[in-house]
Amino acid sequence: MAKKGSGQNQAEENYLNESRRNFFKQSSLLTALAVTPPAFLKAAEEGLDEKAAGYFEKMPLAIQINGVNHDLSVEPRTTLLDLIREQLALPGTKKGCDHGQCGACTVHVNGNRVLSCLTLAVTAEGKKVTTIEGLADGEKLHPMQEAFIKYDGFQCGYCTPGQIMSGIACIREGHANSDDEIREYMSGNICRCGAYPNIVKAIADVKKGGQTL
Amino acid sequence: MEKDKAPDRIDRVDARAKVTGTASYAADHKIQNTVYGLLVGSTVAKGRIKSIDTKAAEKASGVLAVLTYFNTPKLPGYTTGKDPSKPPTGGQPLRFFATNEIFYYDQAIALVVADTYERVLHAAKLVKAQYEKATHKTSLEDNLATAKVPTGPRQEDYTRGEADSYKNAPVKIEQEYYHPVEVHNPMELGSIVAFWEGAEKVTVYTKTQGVQATQKSISDAFKLPLGNVTVHARHIGGAFGMGLRTWPYEIAAVMAAKKVGKPLKLVLHREQMFTNVGYRPATKQKIGLGATADGKLIGLTHEATGNTSAYEEFTEATVNISRFMYACPNVTTRYRLVPLNVCTPIWMRGPGEATGAFALESAMDELAHALKLDPVEFRVRNHADSDPEKNLPWSSKYLKECYEMGAERIGWKNRKLQPRTNQDGDWLVGYGMGAGSFGAMRWVASVKGILQPEGKLRLQCSVNDMGPGTATMMTAVAADIMGLPPGRIIIEMGSTGLPPGPMQGGSNVTATVGSAVHDVCFAMKEQIAALASKAGSVFSKANSQQLKAEDLLFSENGLSLKSDTSVRLSYSEFFKQNGLPAVEVTKESKGTEQPYSSYSFSVHFVKLRVHPATGRIKIDHVVSCADAGTIVSPKTSESQMIGGAVGGIGMALMEDMVIDQRFGRPINNNLADYHVPVNADIPTVDVLFVNKKDPIIGPMGSKGLGEIALVGVAPAIANAVFNATGKRLRELPITRDKLLEV
Ligand code: FES
Ligand code: FES
Repeated sequence: MAKKGSGQNQAEENYLNESRRNFFKQSSLLTALAVTPPAFLKAAEEGLDEKAAGYFEKMPLAIQINGVNHDLSVEPRTTLLDLIREQLALPGTKKGCDHGQCGACTVHVNGNRVLSCLTLAVTAEGKKVTTIEGLADGEKLHPMQEAFIKYDGFQCGYCTPGQIMSGIACIREGHANSDDEIREYMSGNICRCGAYPNIVKAIADVKKGGQTL
Repeated sequence: MEKDKAPDRIDRVDARAKVTGTASYAADHKIQNTVYGLLVGSTVAKGRIKSIDTKAAEKASGVLAVLTYFNTPKLPGYTTGKDPSKPPTGGQPLRFFATNEIFYYDQAIALVVADTYERVLHAAKLVKAQYEKATHKTSLEDNLATAKVPTGPRQEDYTRGEADSYKNAPVKIEQEYYHPVEVHNPMELGSIVAFWEGAEKVTVYTKTQGVQATQKSISDAFKLPLGNVTVHARHIGGAFGMGLRTWPYEIAAVMAAKKVGKPLKLVLHREQMFTNVGYRPATKQKIGLGATADGKLIGLTHEATGNTSAYEEFTEATVNISRFMYACPNVTTRYRLVPLNVCTPIWMRGPGEATGAFALESAMDELAHALKLDPVEFRVRNHADSDPEKNLPWSSKYLKECYEMGAERIGWKNRKLQPRTNQDGDWLVGYGMGAGSFGAMRWVASVKGILQPEGKLRLQCSVNDMGPGTATMMTAVAADIMGLPPGRIIIEMGSTGLPPGPMQGGSNVTATVGSAVHDVCFAMKEQIAALASKAGSVFSKANSQQLKAEDLLFSENGLSLKSDTSVRLSYSEFFKQNGLPAVEVTKESKGTEQPYSSYSFSVHFVKLRVHPATGRIKIDHVVSCADAGTIVSPKTSESQMIGGAVGGIGMALMEDMVIDQRFGRPINNNLADYHVPVNADIPTVDVLFVNKKDPIIGPMGSKGLGEIALVGVAPAIANAVFNATGKRLRELPITRDKLLEV
């Protein structure tokens, strides 16, 4: 929101300086300042940038997670991963790197696999998110969950939520037509326990089963 | 386990929790009002902190505390360094903020605490430090001259027969081998949630391979009675050795939680997983190996120099495998350490043995080639029929069976003796093998069994399960003995309140805890038999003799008399008649000193292709064979073996933490630049078990599996690359550039 009123160069400079403080000086924000509580002005004056920023740093977010609608107020810098893990008490989705390098945080947004650590929560406005907790139908497991149990597609289980979400998407995308293709399209999900061969078997088996996922 | 019965392939008992996301790892524990901690690391690799500016961080929103050397009182247990003469890890354990000395890059200089994760992430960036820099040493290669003999007795030089006698052998090789630092990098980040109740009691959820050990470390650091420290780690997201000690970050988090008086969660960054929680040390090795012209080993000398940190002495059994693996009259081993400005290493899966086996098994392949012998045949000719180091018989050894099974499955007969003579289109095809071994150990464990009236058995032990399937193994053992379906067995584990179990390390858990479960179940059966013999019971009416456990049939429906199964009682009726709510048995179980030498053995076979124009290596097939005694839980054991093969592929072909020596810091400390195997790198892995009982180690006859799954994989790959290309690569990882430039 800070960037709306500022030219691109200014925005870039703000970013490079990591100086969120600069944007309070932007004229485009004067209107906002006018309606701000005095506590904010005090904070801003005292150079408590972070505290000052706090007043602006919540955005409304309407999001559906595992079929439940949430009307939230979140900081724009909050990732979808931290939102679901830390604020919504859905710790099934895992953090393995926070840099989009491991796949542990894979969830579905509108049915597609995304890395929730690289997704700012506010960009999921109005979208449907499915996490590992949302796959089973009550006691009845999703076929991919069943297949992971059948083929022992894990050891420690830490990468497993991400593998399962990715595995389902892999089939939906049409990328599970051979073992080699599965291997290729599942290579964004690291399993340090090395359960790969069993993961491939599980996905191939679900694919063969032909259920709509 | 009953003999001649294929063990059931039971599903992993915590599989459902793992596929539904309900298995809770340390950072998943949610406690009200939890605050977030984050470490700030040193930007220099050696020196002193002159000053730290924390003002901006302290002013930032939501910040509750910034702990540094300048404002943190020393922990009461700071000086409890272990006696440096006691292996395996001597020296002074590091405690963050207790000293302003910097031993390594990214050593924590501050711990910032804030009310949300986003806020702490921002505030941590505002901490700025000034250093008095000193010259660091981070290269093993450049500092080999400073190598020293470790202080512990376990690592002294060893000679059997004549020292260095390989030099006089008719056929000999002498070569150097090297592998760089490899980092465990379990998928779960180092994580801890700590909360205090008052000033004297603390509870933590943390990533440890042994809750008891962590309890002890925290109680030492804070000088608390053991009972005031509770540690939980039911599930941990892999560790591979990284959780075998309590790291400074854990102690720092506990300290910060005390300071802010709130539950605190601290999760390491992936970058910090490379710098602060150990790794497999870089190791330079030299092997001299000599044999007679007909392929009988005469002399073997194995020397290794690994790195340790500047503040602790970390050693591992790198050269020890050469003392017993083959029948050889003259063996010399030497082991040295070079202290560097890096964090202390920690055992990484198949620790020193995997390192040592890379050199030894490569050298065996080289000598076989020099002798124009098939490498399997060469090993069989030098098979050690008894332990040549300890002069003891093996408790069991089925290594020859492993050679046979594996050779058959991989199609070893298609291997060409002459390298670079097997072509498939543009590709060069090669076969290789390597053997591995690891001590089979049975330690001490206590297990409590509680048989409940509804026919459910609860088993309790503080051991945890980082992924190998410990809970499943315990279930399999108990199900078999008690005649119960696996679903009726409930495992309670991974907490200090439970009967003490061992660390999950050193491949000991099945032999240790499995035996304890075994003993508890048998004791429980005896206790039930004694109750059933009491006057008035239906069983004693039908059987005038004192009943023994073997006179009864135990099943999910209860008890019956073996000689007349119509005499039966459900457990609920039985318990009611005896006026008991349940039958409880606790037993401590341990191995005894025996005049035998116990090891597990493995052989790994690899078929691969090399594309000579690009140096690309494609592994086609891996066959891993293990002599690990009785396999109690085949399904999880196979997964464990596959995991070891995958780890070995990483070690052989990609893993390498690169340090920019100018600054003493890693340049690839993330999962994009530090390569680990991904799905597309992994072929079919066949797992073959000899599955023969070891008659000595324990009642089930299970040895260990976790380490041998990896020990010997890397040399099998290096040897296959040689067989395919004729190029011998003695430096890991074997990357394309090395194949092109040779
Ligand atoms: S945590 Fe998102 S990709 Fe690793
Ligand atoms: S199961 Fe442990 S990382 Fe995949």
